[in-house]
Amino acid sequence: MKYTTERNNWYLSKFAAFERSLNGESNSPVHALRRDAIQRFDKLGFPTNRHEEWRFTNIQPILKADLKPVLHPHPATVARSVVERLSFGTRYRLVFINGYYAENLSSVEGLPKGVRCGSLAETQNQNHDAIRDHLARYARYDDSTFTALNTAFLRDGAFIYVPDNTLLEEPIHLLFLTADADHSLISPRNLVVIGANSQVSIVESYESLTDRPYLTNIVTEIVLGEGSILEHDKLQDEGLQAFHVSSTHVYQKGKTSFTSNSIALGGSIARSNVNAVLDGTGCECTLNGLSLSSGTQLIDNHTSIDHAQPNCQSHELYKAILEGKSRGVFNGKIFVRQDAQKTDAKQTNKTLLLSDEAVIDTKPQLEIFADDVKCTHGATVGQLEPEQVFYLRTRGIDETAARDILTFAFASDVVRRVHVEPLRNQLESLIHDRLDAGRKLPQQD
Amino acid sequence: MLEIKNLHAGITGNEILKGISLKVSAGEVHAIMGPNGSGKSTLAQVLAGRDTYEVTQGEVLYQGKNFLEMDPEERAREGFFLAFQYPVEIPGVSNTYFLKAALNAVRKHRGLEELDAVEFLQLVKQRMKLVEMDESFLNRPVNEGFSGGEKKRNEIFQMAVLEPKLAVLDETDSGLDIDALRIVADGVNKLRRKDNAIIVVTHYQRLLNYIVPDFVHVLVDGRIAKSGGKELALELEEKGYDWVKDEADRTVVPA
Repeated sequence: MKYTTERNNWYLSKFAAFERSLNGESNSPVHALRRDAIQRFDKLGFPTNRHEEWRFTNIQPILKADLKPVLHPHPATVARSVVERLSFGTRYRLVFINGYYAENLSSVEGLPKGVRCGSLAETQNQNHDAIRDHLARYARYDDSTFTALNTAFLRDGAFIYVPDNTLLEEPIHLLFLTADADHSLISPRNLVVIGANSQVSIVESYESLTDRPYLTNIVTEIVLGEGSILEHDKLQDEGLQAFHVSSTHVYQKGKTSFTSNSIALGGSIARSNVNAVLDGTGCECTLNGLSLSSGTQLIDNHTSIDHAQPNCQSHELYKAILEGKSRGVFNGKIFVRQDAQKTDAKQTNKTLLLSDEAVIDTKPQLEIFADDVKCTHGATVGQLEPEQVFYLRTRGIDETAARDILTFAFASDVVRRVHVEPLRNQLESLIHDRLDAGRKLPQQD
Repeated sequence: MLEIKNLHAGITGNEILKGISLKVSAGEVHAIMGPNGSGKSTLAQVLAGRDTYEVTQGEVLYQGKNFLEMDPEERAREGFFLAFQYPVEIPGVSNTYFLKAALNAVRKHRGLEELDAVEFLQLVKQRMKLVEMDESFLNRPVNEGFSGGEKKRNEIFQMAVLEPKLAVLDETDSGLDIDALRIVADGVNKLRRKDNAIIVVTHYQRLLNYIVPDFVHVLVDGRIAKSGGKELALELEEKGYDWVKDEADRTVVPA
């Protein structure tokens, strides 16, 4: 594996400045973690296309951007009306600006007893057990440059702790806003710990209030206690100059049910990793994804499902709609360990190419070490069916509307799997708008 | 209403329709019969505006307008309807959503107000009864997982909702058992009016026992070889198509 080290010194010097800005924290366990991570980062360097995990995604534009880590909470205020516009009317909402918790814009009143929901930085200062037990346990950085970089600059993000036997009827919305950022490195770090037999829905959304370039480099760790249920929805709607690299690491204990719905609309280069480890029997893991790209966007989805124990099921459906000269990548790994007998894993990847110049690279990767398992995968890449377009037109629907109806139907197959209703409605209108906007763009010949 | 004059059409140099002329007036039902490969379905598709077929000669006038210049959706809005031989499945689009989009596009073109959800549902439920279709079909994706008979019924149901002036039924009888055939034919008959016309394209005479035509045309090798009244269909049923072919061959003037 070859890495490039050209930008290392830049980030090493930024780390030195970061360390100086931390008062009295240099002996804390979290800081030891940061130091270890920056050293690891220095050894790894940034991946190039020769690295298997980054074969189809060239990150040179990210490296060339000379990103400056955001070391302090954002001083400027973001209008409440802006936050409301980007919210879904949920009762519990944590707002982060450039990666830092904005308490004045957040609302966590009325949470059930024992539930913690707030700033990771604050919780860290209070030495919460969950941080000691779980932080950086699942998101390993020994082979991931971006995770190492996130860990090195780890400061704030969401901390959610739900005790055993707790039902949260309303979802928790984590809204990550980028404002007044220019060539910034934003490194939110989230930790979600769900107790045994509890049930929660969490929505993460990423929105830009700037059209300048920046990188959101986010790491989310999720631990599901025995018998718990979590729906984790993520909406990535960053600006078209923005870069987005996200790693979600899920650790499932026995009899848990985890669903991830990952919707990617924004970003110039957007990479999402969702990694789930099924480390108990009787687990269910569902990973759904939808990406819409146009212009010169690149949206890259990597997933990994690790069946470590027997009698677990995983279902995966990732869909992509590509317009213009945009590019897409899908890589879906499924590991079935030797002990994981009676595994039932199904992976589906479907891509709709709406232009001749759009390109998708899709790669299923199944590694099976058990013998009594059911694993299937399938990938299709195609255009809208001319027969379907014609059929709609013969009923009086014009060609553009016919194409929109069919494209929307392709997308809604994923959107309808989102159980958080206000988010689902929001997604439907966002996708409608996006299809409209795509149509208004001049045709490129 | 419709006048086809010396229509030639085919796919990439392969001529399928070799000079069809046909006149259809309001209030009439025409049957187009013919053996497999005679061009029946090609004619239906060309009339609907399928762009895989190229029209090389001739013209089609619909209510005095140049029909071939219109896009498929424009033809539909002007009152043309094709009941497909093989209706397409459209996963992810519910029958209701699809029909509402279609009906409102047609209504808008005709200067009528778009129907709201309640009015639309009332209309649709009423029209479903014409083809004895269950309301559960409304929320199902268009034709997805429908049996052959259900698809054909769905076509006639769409016809009942869109109320075309000229409908072409392309082999609507194929794949229907006798009960379904009767239901579909009854539905079509209820839609017959003085101001609309229907062209029934079929291989067999069976359907014409239920939808009784005013005229029967026999298509052989891309041409109308013979025209007559409804008794011609019975004659074809009895004698097959060969005698018409032979007759047509004899009448072709050698070059």
